[in-house]
Amino acid sequence: MGAEFVQFSLTPMLIGALAAIACALPGNFLILRRQALIGDAISHVVLPGIVVAFLLTGTVAALPMLIGAAGAAVVAVVLIEGVRRLGRIEPGAAMGVVFTTLFAGGVLLLEQSDTSSVHLDVEHALMGNLESLIWLGASGWGSLADPAALAQLPPELGRMALVAAIIGLLTAVFWRWLKIATFDEGFARTLGIPAAGVGFGLVITSAVAAVAAFDAVGSIIVIAMFICPPAAARLMTNRLGVQVAWSLGFAVLSAVLGYVLAGYGPLWLGATGAVSAAGMIAIVSGVILGLACVYGPHRARQGAAAEPAGR
Amino acid sequence: MTGLLAALTLQAGYNATLVTLGAALLGLAAGATGTFLFLRKRALVADAVAHATLPGVGLAFLAMVALGGDGRSLPGLLIGSAVTAGLGLLVMEWIARRTRLAEDAAIGAVLGSFFGLGVVLLTVIQTMSAGRQAGLEGFLLGSTAGMLFQDGLVIAAGGTAAVLATWLLRRPMTLVAFDPGYAAALGYDVRRIDLAMMGLVMAVTVIGLKVVGLILIVAMLIIPTVTARFWTQRAGRVVWIAGAIGGLSGYLGAAISASAPALPTGPIIVLMAAGAFVLSLFFAPVRGVLASALRHRRFQARVHRRQGLLALARHDPIREPFTLRLLRREGLIRPDGVATDRGRAQAARVLREERRWAEARSLHQDTGLTGRYDGLTPIEEVFTPDEIAEIDRRLGRPFAVPGGV
Repeated sequence: MGAEFVQFSLTPMLIGALAAIACALPGNFLILRRQALIGDAISHVVLPGIVVAFLLTGTVAALPMLIGAAGAAVVAVVLIEGVRRLGRIEPGAAMGVVFTTLFAGGVLLLEQSDTSSVHLDVEHALMGNLESLIWLGASGWGSLADPAALAQLPPELGRMALVAAIIGLLTAVFWRWLKIATFDEGFARTLGIPAAGVGFGLVITSAVAAVAAFDAVGSIIVIAMFICPPAAARLMTNRLGVQVAWSLGFAVLSAVLGYVLAGYGPLWLGATGAVSAAGMIAIVSGVILGLACVYGPHRARQGAAAEPAGR
Repeated sequence: MTGLLAALTLQAGYNATLVTLGAALLGLAAGATGTFLFLRKRALVADAVAHATLPGVGLAFLAMVALGGDGRSLPGLLIGSAVTAGLGLLVMEWIARRTRLAEDAAIGAVLGSFFGLGVVLLTVIQTMSAGRQAGLEGFLLGSTAGMLFQDGLVIAAGGTAAVLATWLLRRPMTLVAFDPGYAAALGYDVRRIDLAMMGLVMAVTVIGLKVVGLILIVAMLIIPTVTARFWTQRAGRVVWIAGAIGGLSGYLGAAISASAPALPTGPIIVLMAAGAFVLSLFFAPVRGVLASALRHRRFQARVHRRQGLLALARHDPIREPFTLRLLRREGLIRPDGVATDRGRAQAARVLREERRWAEARSLHQDTGLTGRYDGLTPIEEVFTPDEIAEIDRRLGRPFAVPGGV
């Protein structure tokens, strides 16, 4: 648990935890607004966004990727709304039409373009590769105070930390708006809160979180991070603030426990090698949700069980 | 281009022909089955079911290898995928029914964590069978290269069975989709029919794994149905139109994909269906955007025409530019706004219609009849000739609209 841990496990674990936090924060509001599947749609359109950004800039630098994916998320949301209104189709089906089409377009573009020189392939995009984000410059815990070693930290760590911090800040600043607009949109409008703008901002924030986390855990497992920790937290409490705190706790627990199980679990079972950390994180978050479904103090529907009225 | 033509006419070789026919059958089955999913407003449940097949594929592979088999036999992998897809479906229903989480959260939770489990199993298989490609990644986006004849048979048989089952269950499923309460009152077991529908969806998903892949198979269930919805208002027809669109997308997509390299089958098939969707969204005669706009425009013209003629009859000035343009174009008023003979005659007719309706509404308290008054419905459509004669008798003798405004 010394130098090797710092070198190979510390940074992926941190990145995983930060990604889980960045996704769980907007996820809380998506769940309450019954928009959980917007997370699903966004995580799928991240791929075409990134491919288009790559084709336009020719690099896999972080900023164009982020902009491309956020742009794709905006395009997807606008298209979903347009299809829903123009075609008078229920939202779920409109979503299904739009995100699968964009995803198919993304895969096709990726297959058609020459991406052999860069690290951009469909499998990596779907499953992520948390294990590769290691800190080769470290030689032990002392490296945390060594500027030369710190300079060799994987850039993903700084990016993920920045995104998580921005999302945390946004959530804190717009807390009251988000809370009111989520629970009672009509009331929010009478107070002069731009409810539609808040909803759109939430979607964009989720897109940014999805893109940043995409690097680490891939685009499908991001969905688990958006939904499982907040859903489990929702079954623990009736207060929004407490729910967000629980969801952050669950997110960090999933990331750390998932990474440890993926890295050391096979060794404990006597096998060699490791399994996908991102997948294991998703499993742990699913197990946590399952436990919350069975034992969570507020798991029952309001009114269905003996539960005190009001929140 | 010749490559594409050859593929379309099934001349591009044995494997391409197999894939093309298999994809067409799959599209047909998915389109028909997806209709009921869409009518039940549970389209995205299929997404979770599809992603939940991945751990089953991995487990089946591991089990078959443990039993000394090859591990790559398609029927075995498909059975495994069906097992976990069913499990995912049950977990989803359980979460949505037993806890206060909404169905969308349940869908996302099952989708994410089951897919995670699948990814973990794939990495286990990768480390285990070093040097031997398991090729299970092909199930993510479909991989039709090197499909065996037996695989083609499995897909064809499965697709046919799914279409047949859809046909047999079409009545109860339609009923449950539109009015579950009524279906229950008629003695149908709604829960069981819902399960049967989800079972069909699962079957199509599993069959489609090889061709379209688990991430995009949900598109084959949703897009053809949504597209068909633009062409008809009748549920019975939506099923077959959706089946036709799905089948055609599968056929064209597989043929195009076979005609050139770097054209993955699954995404091309989905893009074909998406193309049909976009065309239908704008140009379909029943619910397309263009048809709706034309209908709205015609309705607007009728309202403006009536208002303009009434104004002529009552000698009110008309200032609405659209009304003026409309009346001028039909030759009902002269360019200076004065009514022509024809305009006066038409105005008198509209005014008589208006008075008849007013009289009818004072005579009849029955809102079922008089409630149909909207200013555009001819009174002859609502009342019988002798009733109208009675109304005219009460109104007195006809009158003419005098000239000049």
